[in-house]
Amino acid sequence: MRVVVCIKQVPDTTNVRINPKTNTLMREGVESIVNPFDEYALEEALRLKDAHGARVTVISMGPPQATAVLREALARGADDAFLVSSRAFGGADTLATSYTLSQAIKKACGGKTPDLVLFGKQAIDGDTAQVGPGVSEFLDVPLVTYVKKLEVADGRFTVESLMDDGTAVIEGALPAVMTVVKEASTPRFASLAGWMDAVKAPVTVLDEKAVEANPLWIGLTGSPTKVVTIFPPPTKGGGEKVDARGDASAGARAISDFLAKKGLVKHG
Amino acid sequence: MAEAPIKIDAAACKGCGKCVKGCGFGALSMIDSPGANKIGKIAVVDASACKACSACVTACPFKAISEVKQKVYGTANLESYTDIWVFAEQHGGVVADVAFELLAKAQELKAQRGGGAKVCAVLLGSGLPAAAEQALVASGADVVYKVDDPNLADYEANVYVDAVAQLVEKHKPEVILAGATAVGRAFFARVAVKVRTGLTADCTMLKVEETKNKDTGALQMLLHQTRPAFGGNIMATIMTPNHRPQMATVRPKVFKKGVPDPSRTGTVLAEALKLIAPQTKLVKTERDPDAVDIAAYDVLVSGGRGLKGAENFKLLARLAELLGGEVSCSRACVDAGWCPATRQVGQTGKTVAPKLYLCFGISGAIQHLEGIRGADTIVAVNIDPHAPIFGVADLGIVGDALEIIPALIKELEK
Repeated sequence: MRVVVCIKQVPDTTNVRINPKTNTLMREGVESIVNPFDEYALEEALRLKDAHGARVTVISMGPPQATAVLREALARGADDAFLVSSRAFGGADTLATSYTLSQAIKKACGGKTPDLVLFGKQAIDGDTAQVGPGVSEFLDVPLVTYVKKLEVADGRFTVESLMDDGTAVIEGALPAVMTVVKEASTPRFASLAGWMDAVKAPVTVLDEKAVEANPLWIGLTGSPTKVVTIFPPPTKGGGEKVDARGDASAGARAISDFLAKKGLVKHG
Repeated sequence: MAEAPIKIDAAACKGCGKCVKGCGFGALSMIDSPGANKIGKIAVVDASACKACSACVTACPFKAISEVKQKVYGTANLESYTDIWVFAEQHGGVVADVAFELLAKAQELKAQRGGGAKVCAVLLGSGLPAAAEQALVASGADVVYKVDDPNLADYEANVYVDAVAQLVEKHKPEVILAGATAVGRAFFARVAVKVRTGLTADCTMLKVEETKNKDTGALQMLLHQTRPAFGGNIMATIMTPNHRPQMATVRPKVFKKGVPDPSRTGTVLAEALKLIAPQTKLVKTERDPDAVDIAAYDVLVSGGRGLKGAENFKLLARLAELLGGEVSCSRACVDAGWCPATRQVGQTGKTVAPKLYLCFGISGAIQHLEGIRGADTIVAVNIDPHAPIFGVADLGIVGDALEIIPALIKELEK
């Protein structure tokens, strides 16, 4: 069984700020991390390796620095790694990214569609949750989203999928594309031996020629959506403030009076 | 009629039909052309269906098909796309609130756009009650495209994709909006790829405005799609100038629904589509007994890291009871295992728009503030006088949440 996990290197978004003068992102000093949701996808793939001897391939699209997240995945137990990287891929939106990744997945698997392609439910920088479903369309295989439990046997899968109000149990035949939620598992740590091997392991770089991409469909050219402006989020000025340190009942009274004035207290 | 992205050399075409099989979009067909070649047929292309994928160029053994260098990569015949569509998510025949919120917004977009655009709802399911389409018309749908098919009985992403993609190819909407729910988010992303257009997720502002296309210089009525990015640290306005439809998802409670007008009239069109079979089987659904739709409550009493432990949420529950509301929380409490994820407010939880958001021990990270932007009144209690939550609170109390909560319960029990 061949399992591909797509992982993304993202800025730690809790630290991203916008320069108010130039309206551009201030990325300096912002740490790059593995997209947290992708760690759950990788863990599911590694469990399939433990249970069924699946071969786990990790793919990341991004600049050369993204090799770091691939090495981390190799250290945890992935078998091979591909970095999809070229200036020609720059500026790709979710459509162009889905196309490019689907071409890279086929290339990494010797021209075939793998049994399973796993994604994290979304990336924390864009929060779109669109690339996994997009890849399923380009690979023309069934899509299952928000997977929190995954079992595979005899070319078929049974999953629990997290819905807005509960869980759906879904069955189907492989191949498939799935997105994984954090409720699935606790990702394992890399062992020291894993790191030793990962540092030496090859990471194959795939550019637009290697993935045989249609030049019209990649990068900025292949992206229907254009970011026209970015600006800081609107802020609302704060209202009245009461310092109730050391006098909790004064704080409670201030709230109670305020709610009564606004007609927000339930009577009777 | 715009030029097709491919050109067929009629003199070189041998009528074999391999290009028709090679095309994944049904854009090629064979027409009779006696004497053109031995078979007496030649290939023709439907410019509006062609996606410029060049599969036919490769498929043709006689090199009769070539790509036309396009100035701008995009959808052919942009001007033939007019209407504004809303995906009407339904569960058990009951249309989800987010669809009504989107219909109200779609009516605004229609007024901004003008030019005879209609607001249309897309209703998919099996055994759909008439009440569903009536509710959609009353809330702003001029047209309801209804597909009632046994294959649509359960939500199955792959069949839903097929149904919406077929309707798009047939009726050519200019804009499609869907709720960013577990259902809408997943299958809509695939629809956008299938019809080869752009999709902007989680928009918080939408408007249609005449805008100059940077590639062609033409003035177009474009959908300005504004959304938070980088965990809500910035807002980005995104447009889809050269592809149609322009697609966007919006989280529930971001827009306000209108007041339904039962006397409104609209057209219901039953669409019979030849759909693919479901690709996966829904074995069962289990409702989470603890699942509570916090977005449905007018009053939310919310706890954060400052509550210091799961046991203190019992106090919040009592407070919520006194105020006729529900308990919600920040991400920190979910990560700590104090609260289930279904109660989480914020960018990775739920967007809420209650009349009152009363929060204790929540500092107000930008991701959290993004989730409560629609709240009418915010009251915040936090020990740190510089906590960002005070920047959005109508009333801010600097103090220890664990002391103020019992005092407030006492005050309200009076």
